Amino acid sequence: MPEYRWPEMSKRKVMGKRLNRLDGVEKASGRAKYSSDLNKPGMLHGATLVCPYAHARVKSIDTSAAEKHPGVTGVHVVSPAGTEIQWAHWEVAFVAAETELAARDALKKIKVEYEVLPHVVHEKDLNKVQSRAKAAGEQIEGDPDQALKEAAVVSEGFYGIPVLEHSCLEPHGNVVSWTPDNKVELNPTTQAVTSIRGDMARAVNVPVANVHVHQDHIGGGFGSKFQPDRWGVAAAHLSKAAGGRPVKIFLDRQIEQVIAGCRPSAFARIKLAANKEGKITLWESQSWATGGFTGGGSPPIPYVYTRIPNQRKNHSAVSTNTAPIRAWRAPNHPQASYLTCAAMDDLAAKMKMDPLELFLKNVDLTARADTYERQLKKAAEMAEWKKLWHPRGDSGRGPLKRGLGIGVCTWGGAGHDSTARCNIHPDGTVEVELGSQDLGTGTRTVIAQVAAESLGLRVNDIRVKIGDTNYPPSGTSGGSTTVGGVSSSTRKATLNALEKLFEEVAPALGAPATELEAVDGKIQVKGNPAKSLDWKAACAKLGVKTISETGQNIPRDAPKEGLNTGGVGGVQIADVTVDVETGIVKMNRIVAVQDCGTVINPKTAESQIYGAIIMSICGALMEERVLDAVTGRMLNNEMEFYKLAGIKDVGEILVHLEIDEINDKRGVIGLGEPPAIGGIAAIANAVANAIGVRVPIVPMTPMNVLNTLSGRMS
Amino acid sequence: MAPALLEQPAQAQTPAGVLGPGAVPVTLTINGKPMKVSVEPRETLLDVLRNKLDLTGAKRVCDRGTCGACSVLVNGKVMYACTILAIDAQGKQITTVEGFALSGGRPHPVVQAFVNHDAQQCGYCTPGFVVAAKAFLDSNPNPTYEQVKDGLGGNLCRCGTYIGIRQAVLEAAKTMKGGSNA
Amino acid sequence: MQPFEYASPKTLKEALALLGGGWSDAAVLAGGTDLISLMKDEVMSPKRVVNIKEIAELKGISKTAAGIRIGALATVDEVLSNPLIRASFPALTEAARGVASPQIRNMGTFGGDLCQRPRCWYFRAGFGLIPRHEGKDLVAEGDNRYHAIFGNGPARFVSASSFGPALVALGAKIKLASPSGTREVDAEKFFLAPSSSDVREVDLKPNEILTEVIVPATAAKNATYEVRQKDALDWPLATASVALTMKGSTVASARVVLGHVAPTPWVSAEAAKAIEGKAVTAETAEAAGKAAVAAARPLSMNAYKVQIAAAAVKRALMAAAGVKA
Ligand SMILES: Cc1cc2nc3c(=O)[nH]c(=O)nc-3n(C[C@H](O)[C@H](O)[C@H](O)COP(=O)(O)OP(=O)(O)OC[C@H]3O[C@@H](n4cnc5c(N)ncnc54)[C@H](O)[C@@H]3O)c2cc1C
Ligand code: SF4
Ligand code: FES
Ligand code: FES
Repeated sequence: MPEYRWPEMSKRKVMGKRLNRLDGVEKASGRAKYSSDLNKPGMLHGATLVCPYAHARVKSIDTSAAEKHPGVTGVHVVSPAGTEIQWAHWEVAFVAAETELAARDALKKIKVEYEVLPHVVHEKDLNKVQSRAKAAGEQIEGDPDQALKEAAVVSEGFYGIPVLEHSCLEPHGNVVSWTPDNKVELNPTTQAVTSIRGDMARAVNVPVANVHVHQDHIGGGFGSKFQPDRWGVAAAHLSKAAGGRPVKIFLDRQIEQVIAGCRPSAFARIKLAANKEGKITLWESQSWATGGFTGGGSPPIPYVYTRIPNQRKNHSAVSTNTAPIRAWRAPNHPQASYLTCAAMDDLAAKMKMDPLELFLKNVDLTARADTYERQLKKAAEMAEWKKLWHPRGDSGRGPLKRGLGIGVCTWGGAGHDSTARCNIHPDGTVEVELGSQDLGTGTRTVIAQVAAESLGLRVNDIRVKIGDTNYPPSGTSGGSTTVGGVSSSTRKATLNALEKLFEEVAPALGAPATELEAVDGKIQVKGNPAKSLDWKAACAKLGVKTISETGQNIPRDAPKEGLNTGGVGGVQIADVTVDVETGIVKMNRIVAVQDCGTVINPKTAESQIYGAIIMSICGALMEERVLDAVTGRMLNNEMEFYKLAGIKDVGEILVHLEIDEINDKRGVIGLGEPPAIGGIAAIANAVANAIGVRVPIVPMTPMNVLNTLSGRMS
Repeated sequence: MAPALLEQPAQAQTPAGVLGPGAVPVTLTINGKPMKVSVEPRETLLDVLRNKLDLTGAKRVCDRGTCGACSVLVNGKVMYACTILAIDAQGKQITTVEGFALSGGRPHPVVQAFVNHDAQQCGYCTPGFVVAAKAFLDSNPNPTYEQVKDGLGGNLCRCGTYIGIRQAVLEAAKTMKGGSNA
Repeated sequence: MQPFEYASPKTLKEALALLGGGWSDAAVLAGGTDLISLMKDEVMSPKRVVNIKEIAELKGISKTAAGIRIGALATVDEVLSNPLIRASFPALTEAARGVASPQIRNMGTFGGDLCQRPRCWYFRAGFGLIPRHEGKDLVAEGDNRYHAIFGNGPARFVSASSFGPALVALGAKIKLASPSGTREVDAEKFFLAPSSSDVREVDLKPNEILTEVIVPATAAKNATYEVRQKDALDWPLATASVALTMKGSTVASARVVLGHVAPTPWVSAEAAKAIEGKAVTAETAEAAGKAAVAAARPLSMNAYKVQIAAAAVKRALMAAAGVKA
């Protein structure tokens, strides 16, 4: 068996290099075909009818006029009479037609009668929604009552963070054909090429082997794109009804923003106590959240500082008539980080203590005291904490107030189950095949880098083939598990293939296979470039054979093998300026110090961190689902008042990835999620530092900032 | 006059020059080539590009003129194709990302700069940014960092690639002056 | 979007002949940045769309004896980059700068900006200009964070046009043509607070076309200050346009007009009075800002806009007078 361990850092030739992503030109030039770009021969277009009410029962549905509309090939009802609808924009029916216009026109001819039922859509005030709240029950650690009695300082606060919408720029959808031979061809936009196959097979009741999935690119997922969804299954049925013609259904933005993914809110009343020195002794929280009608969404609090000795917590899940949550880049962690770090920052303010000191003083309450201590200090240095920090509110005259704040994160990120196949052809071509997907994280590129490193080649010598169920199964891209999984499986598959190649060329080089190595495009006797064959010549020895070897990353075994692990910490410090006359918060800078393992491509890794921070800025300052109490509908289900930051709104971002020999020994660790966690906390604390009071509710819009400053926030 | 006009049956003779509401043949000049298509007046340029001409570099994201993913050039000016009627685009020079991003397989300096600075992740917003960046640089060949931020304000990215984009546009400004692309 | 007929006349006369007596008969298409979205949302479903962009007589920005003529088809970008406007009417230049994005500024026209429909999310969701649902006043009972803080209702949307307040401050005249002739309206009178959902929010009839705007030459120092959260692709929360006729270093007379705070640009006589006879300083400007909002009557969620409006007035005054913060 080959030695799979990563080569030593200093000896790597391709891994660890800041290479451009391989599909960069294809995407930036508009040539890349996303599933939503497909125009297949004979393809039909679908449209989606949704319910305008937040709670209703379908009394009757009449599709006859729609069916007769010119160009319509079928109508598929998913909410027949009797269906109880629990949120607005719930799917009722789908239409397929020759053109998109015909499908949309026909949709308007479907007549649905509803019995409108009472709804609840807002959860901010727990007292008002008690009947819809389910408490998990009190959890106690240590002796909170005693701790409270002994405390030198007690700080209490209320904090809240609303529901956010994933807002993937490529809407959810699929192109599906279900042909008369009972085969299903699926072009989804998915984070789960391998597993969506089984999900589709079950949904339409065909053997898994009859389903083929292909996706070249995905336009954003962030945790919301794992399933074929109702619209995908409907597309299959509509295709079948049309004799197997492909049916394309992608959601309109107005629907996408409501039902295609949101993350839970989190609200909490938190009490923190400390002794005179600022050692935290007590955490008490009453928290609640909504994850939609079925509840869900419990932030892991206290966060990072989990070892507070005395704790009393109770969390309630509130069921509202709103669309269900989906996983979101580090599920529940940004909320937990915000609740915890804001409470800690308020405690520090109450003690008139520098929060950096408080965060440092309590690092022993974390699972990684050394890491956080190092990172807090590094981040403080990069953010010029000593120079720029001032006691809360002490921000000088004039309307512009500057402040700094801290947020922390933790995440797993070990590799998922992944199998790769490496084919070495007699002409020297190398293919690496995985049923994986590149979410824009650079998966293709890191696969090529690992393969090239392992085979002594350059990235351009490797053909990476992903996004297809004809390739070996690879895990879903969620939880930052992809890079660990695919790099490890690729490493194994390529080395297994190389071992076979060594056996083939050993006779020609007059040395045993075990004495060969692949370096700089050559197969040579170890340490002896004089006895070598270049890659092409070596492969020519295969004759008509192609080497095809697989390698698998099995999460259970991965820690022993050392190719990938999980478990990182990170610290972010935000630097903001608040205009207290207008309530506008401007980002000056965010500093991120991020723990990591083996970094295969620092360039794409940094991109992940920039992106994660920008997403945090949106969440901290402007993003928010707005629901109407009377109609129960979302009011900003578009991209105008559902606000996302633009290029000028994000300030500067300084990233420090802790790439070093010690971290490198841990193997590959995913990086998509950890940097997306601490930003909201950091920005919220920076705003409090700037203006002297806590804006309890995120996002810190001019409304929330000015309401806080004027005492209107209750 | 108004009531009389209203009472006329819908199929009363249409005044000269009035087209539709059914499909009408139009010729669009796209990337320098005349393209004949049949469109209803209500079809947007974006939908015609994507559904009828298989030019899918421009994406449909917000479909309301608020995100920039559908950006194209109309007579050299950047505009949102989702908010232009195809029938209204006749007689104008429409340039999509496909029209300039690669020539003879060589990436346009803006495209190359986006790749060099990793100014994309999922890439769905990227063609729109590339079109907007080209238009910006065509009229601002020597931009400052601040001007880049103003010039690219009409496009949104959910993956958060703005840091790379700022650098990419500055780099492209330099390489374009090098004369590598007229 | 509903199907419609389409025409692209070359002359104003032809265009006017193609319009109808009711709003559902025909709609004027200029840049389309608002109309096309309205039609997609089926808030407007005209039977005919009359594209006016081919009409040469509606284009251009020029100097006239009376001042500056801005053709209805001048794009927002043309207004932004026009040196004549910048020299005399920075209040307009600044308003143009804030409009949405480069793309919208290339597409959107000056006339379209003045005639655009409110962005109220209830209106856009099909509940009408004075939105009601099951007898409830949706704005009063719902999410009114972006709504009016002035006016007595029932309309509570805010006038969307960024140019509106500046034109009102500058005393501009709006010219309209119909098949029966032309008329001229003071900018201040052009914007209306409708009392029912069937009435338009501007003084425009279904068979009229806004042809041009005349901004009278003035020596008044003018400025616009807009408060918006995002740098681009975002709507202002409140704005102020001011025009100050100076006598030496004191303000002889002032026009102070607030935007995005009422169904029309909101002329504040109180603010004008507060600054008249005084030199503009941070203190007098602040006092005028306070005076501007003294009579504000915010809704359940938008008291914060009162503060923003006061800040906008203060900053616009200081900008007009060239006083540093
Ligand atoms: C995200 C976003 C942000 C925006 N922010 C701002 C902002 O901050 N400030 C601002 O002012 N605007 C803003 N806008 C609006 C934009 O400026 C307007 O949509 C644009 O100016 C309208 O011009 P148009 O030529 O495209 O009008 P169209 O869409 O063609 O027409 C708009 C309306 O006016 C009518 N109309 C147009 N021209 C005439 C005419 N000559 N005579 C009679 N009727 C006519 C049309 O029938 C239609 O009802 C924003 C838009 C977006 C999408
Ligand atoms: S009054 Fe306000 S909320 Fe109501 S329709 Fe008009 S703008 Fe919208
Ligand atoms: S799709 Fe056209 S601007 Fe968003
Ligand atoms: S790269 Fe994904 S939206 Fe911009």
